Amino acid sequence: MNEGTTKRFLSAGLLFCALLLGMFDAPAYWNRLVDSVSARTAIEDIMMFRLDGAFSRPFRLGLDLVGGTHLVYRADMSRIGSGEYQDAMQALRDVIERRVNLFGVTEPVVQVETSGQEYRLIVELAGIKDVGAAIRLIGETPLLEFKEPAPGVTAEHVYTTLSAGDLATLDQLLATTPLNGKFLSRATLQFDPTTNAPMIGLQFNSDGSALFEALTEKNIGNPLVIYLDGAPISAPRVNEKISGGEAQITGQFTPEEARTLVGRLNSGALPVPISLLSQQTVEASLGRDSLIKSLDAGLYGFLAVIIFMIAWYRLPGLISVVALLMYAALTLAVFKLIPVTLSAAGIAGFILSLGMAVDANILIFERLKEEMLKGKDLEEAMREGFDRAWTSIRDSNISSLISASILYWFGTSIVQGFALTLGLGVIISMFSAITVTRTFLLAAMSKRLARFRTLFLSGFAR
Amino acid sequence: MNIVRNRNIFYTVSAALFAGSIIALLSFGLKFGIDFTGGAIMEVEFAVKAGEGMAVPERAVLEEALAASGIDHSVIQPTGDTGVLLRFHDVDEATHQTILHELRMRYVPAEVVEKRFDSIGPTIGSELRRRSMYAVVLVMVLIILYIAWAFRRVSKPVSSWKYGVVAIIALVHDVVIPVGVFAILGKFAGVEVDALFVTAVLTILGFSVHDTIVVFDRIRENLKGVRSDLVFEDIVEKSLQETIGRSINTSLSVLLSLAAVYFFGGVSVKYFSLAMMLGVVIGTYSSIFIASPLVVTWQQFMEKGGQRERKEKGVFYKKNK
Repeated sequence: MNEGTTKRFLSAGLLFCALLLGMFDAPAYWNRLVDSVSARTAIEDIMMFRLDGAFSRPFRLGLDLVGGTHLVYRADMSRIGSGEYQDAMQALRDVIERRVNLFGVTEPVVQVETSGQEYRLIVELAGIKDVGAAIRLIGETPLLEFKEPAPGVTAEHVYTTLSAGDLATLDQLLATTPLNGKFLSRATLQFDPTTNAPMIGLQFNSDGSALFEALTEKNIGNPLVIYLDGAPISAPRVNEKISGGEAQITGQFTPEEARTLVGRLNSGALPVPISLLSQQTVEASLGRDSLIKSLDAGLYGFLAVIIFMIAWYRLPGLISVVALLMYAALTLAVFKLIPVTLSAAGIAGFILSLGMAVDANILIFERLKEEMLKGKDLEEAMREGFDRAWTSIRDSNISSLISASILYWFGTSIVQGFALTLGLGVIISMFSAITVTRTFLLAAMSKRLARFRTLFLSGFAR
Repeated sequence: MNIVRNRNIFYTVSAALFAGSIIALLSFGLKFGIDFTGGAIMEVEFAVKAGEGMAVPERAVLEEALAASGIDHSVIQPTGDTGVLLRFHDVDEATHQTILHELRMRYVPAEVVEKRFDSIGPTIGSELRRRSMYAVVLVMVLIILYIAWAFRRVSKPVSSWKYGVVAIIALVHDVVIPVGVFAILGKFAGVEVDALFVTAVLTILGFSVHDTIVVFDRIRENLKGVRSDLVFEDIVEKSLQETIGRSINTSLSVLLSLAAVYFFGGVSVKYFSLAMMLGVVIGTYSSIFIASPLVVTWQQFMEKGGQRERKEKGVFYKKNK
């Protein structure tokens, strides 16, 4: 078997792979074909060729394209021991995640991020309708604290200050205890058997139970003041040491209030107070608009590059376009698999990479033309073209990769999306522009074709 | 046309553009978006029904709504026929809801749709500024190191670090001019500079070297197979003539894809692609018309210095024929 034949088989293989990738990228088109064939032929079995399951995995689109909100919270770590930051943030993340799951949005993102000394929580909710309500539910999740009288403060002093409503003084009389909502495993709505007043039952986890036991033992005869979101809601007097980790809050609640409170406590008492630093919200229809525009831009960008390549580089240009199509199929499949979140900037990065992907081809083809004009025959010129262009391709792509990786590191999520699509694009295009194009070109080369030298030249050269 | 011989023309053009950009930058500064400064942007659409005599509320009504929510300083811009863009300082969620409520109260008959709302706290803004600076400096340093490495084997007649320095000069040139253009656009068209602009600048940094490297690469290659009748200047010129076609074509393919983003893509990436297009055009121009001629200028300057030195020392200098 001569080399041309091998390359031709290889090319067919590559095209087949590209077709498979294309089916993975856009299964809907394939399914439509299957449906229409099945409708015409009335053969049921053909339906098993429909692409479902893993194959119908969608692209992950950014908030700016589907609509949604990106929230950045600052976690106030002033009350957390410095060794426990990681644990506290993990607990906070879990609680917010549980909370966010109540909204029923697909794939909510809750991430911890550190910036210098500051701990932050990033929440991304895609396609959410009422952002205001979501923020309220996240932000108002109750912060539950238990406080005891500071050393030397009498129980009576605490009670008189409490009933006078002097919260500033009360704050000074009380000391913060390690027990807080972090140790809560469950809250229940209960009713006082005698007065029928609503109460909130608290069940602590094992650590919490131990803390609660120690706390009650230490404070027999003293009040334990329970704070919710920074305000005292209940101040029961401790009569005896309580083991087993159960407590009750009685307060001036209506049954309705008590019920909401229980719901909020259950979905998670915040172990760390948070405040909203920034929000970026895009309404769904605006997002869809940007998505359509981005896709349009992609289509026109693709067409412009295709027309340019074929018009200028003739046959090799046509081959580079096939390589570009394969590049697109492969890159989009990688985007789906990783998965890369595609924002408007990310799609722009992909479109830009389409223009850059042919860059290596241009280097090779210009070299090819040069060598041919020097009088070398086609095959030799082609090998020289690929070999000599390689160092330029490598060197120039490395500088783009440097930029892309710094951008990824520097990035806010929008910038990261761009950096990732651009960087992946550069790497994948090195493969497609060199390996794929070379295979195709060598496959296309035959004695008969080689006679039409003009086909392999470019621009105004004849 | 001989590029290297006519280099003074290109030096003049670049010097003028560069000086203009610096002046624009110093006198107007950049108009930073809320990414950097902190603040809020709210895009609202009023569902105007045809034939009902409805219109977007008057500016005074909007200001009143904002004032009622406790916002006394705001910028109001219309977007399209039925929308407005409100800008004010960063607000918490409660104020945000109050503003919406106030707007809806004043525009009762139809629906008020909030298309977009961004509120960015000042800490996030200053942090982004800091990170942007770090990123730009880091990319510069890495690229300098990379160039020094890529040209480590080139030594005669110009040592490798000089290529590096020239590439950096071209790099600064390629970044300053688009930034200057954005200073002008900011002043006269209200174009803001955001995180994506920094992204564009960093990408330009990559591109700029990319093109310069390709030309230098060719000089490097031609120096190896050097013909004795060619002086350095001619080798550079030959390399330029050989690479100019591909330099223009690679930039053209990138420009085509960027133009598609500029004309058809969404608002958020419009000025991003514009900045990149500027960078690509200027980067290509500088790698051909500035970077390579500069290497020649430098080499000739050193050679003259060498001749003078030899003459001063009384060494008889034999001139090449």
